[in-house]
Amino acid sequence: MKTLFELYWIFFKVGLFTFGGGYTMLPILQKEFVEKKKWLDTENIIDYYTLSQCTPGIIAVNVSTYIGFKKKSYLGGIFSALGVITPSIIIISIIATILTNFLHIEAVGHAFAGIRVAVAALVIVTILDMYKKSVIDWLCIILYIASFILSVLTSISPVFIVLGSAITGLVLGTRMQERKERKK
Amino acid sequence: MIYLELFWEFFKTGLFSIGGGLATIPFLYDIGKRYDWLDTSIIPDMIAVSESTPGPIGINMATYTGYMAAKLPGALIASLAIILPSVIIVLVISRLLSSFSQDKRVLNAMYGLRPASLGLITAAAFAVLNVSVITYDTFIESGNILDIIDLKAFVLFVCLLVIRIFFKRIHPILFIVFAGVVGIIFKF
Repeated sequence: MKTLFELYWIFFKVGLFTFGGGYTMLPILQKEFVEKKKWLDTENIIDYYTLSQCTPGIIAVNVSTYIGFKKKSYLGGIFSALGVITPSIIIISIIATILTNFLHIEAVGHAFAGIRVAVAALVIVTILDMYKKSVIDWLCIILYIASFILSVLTSISPVFIVLGSAITGLVLGTRMQERKERKK
Repeated sequence: MIYLELFWEFFKTGLFSIGGGLATIPFLYDIGKRYDWLDTSIIPDMIAVSESTPGPIGINMATYTGYMAAKLPGALIASLAIILPSVIIVLVISRLLSSFSQDKRVLNAMYGLRPASLGLITAAAFAVLNVSVITYDTFIESGNILDIIDLKAFVLFVCLLVIRIFFKRIHPILFIVFAGVVGIIFKF
């Protein structure tokens, strides 16, 4: 029971400090689950994020559910998903009730311009960490660059990019391993 | 019954929107066309609020729509309905994966998936950088090379980057709070 509330509380914090898309939660996940709790490795987080991109629904909720399940099975997944959405429900309800001109408050605009800079810096450092752990040979480098370029320059859905790289990994990765084993 | 309609519509949205919160936008317009409890003219405002408040965008938009349609109960129903399909699907996949986690094919697929997923994250970070630190559009308009970066934002960015790299122990949340305060003081 204690772990369930811990999960709920960690994901409450994650939800509160995620701004924008699901990837902005990565630095906080890394801090809480890899560095502080030591429940997961960086690779786990990349894997869950990747799976979440091709699972229907909101990426942040999917990541939370995967991590919650990994730690504490079905209930863990449910508590984590509820934790990550609670701050949104509270904050948006308040904004919708009293602050109809929320966006026109000057300080809010300045604060969020600053926060976006922090989010960019945090995510870039997290990417460097993850790069060391997951881009381990030339095929990975090609897949990394290809998906970056496809995402920036085309409007191909990330789902197809992710599926394509899974198939590439499955076919070429298997072949590379066989070759390595034959050399031995 | 407005609660049932909200539940059903957001359940479907959760089931069929793949790849992030912004994927829910077309569904919102579609809902607005069919029901009078969602006024499509407020959708752009909802997107702006959802992007600039804490929380995943998709949840914020569901909560916002639900609240506008039926106050707090509406907000609760819409956000629970939008996560329900994915929570069920993720739990099922997790269950399956835990029995296949050592399977060679799964491991090889993950080996290819990780770098590609990281490429997508890099592209997303690049997009945030492009609106916050790099101001390419202003440069195109003015033709002044100095306009290509926002100097204040650039200084903050470099400081945070250096601090983050050398002081690993500081919690990311502190960076976010600090940057928000700096933004207000220095009028970003």
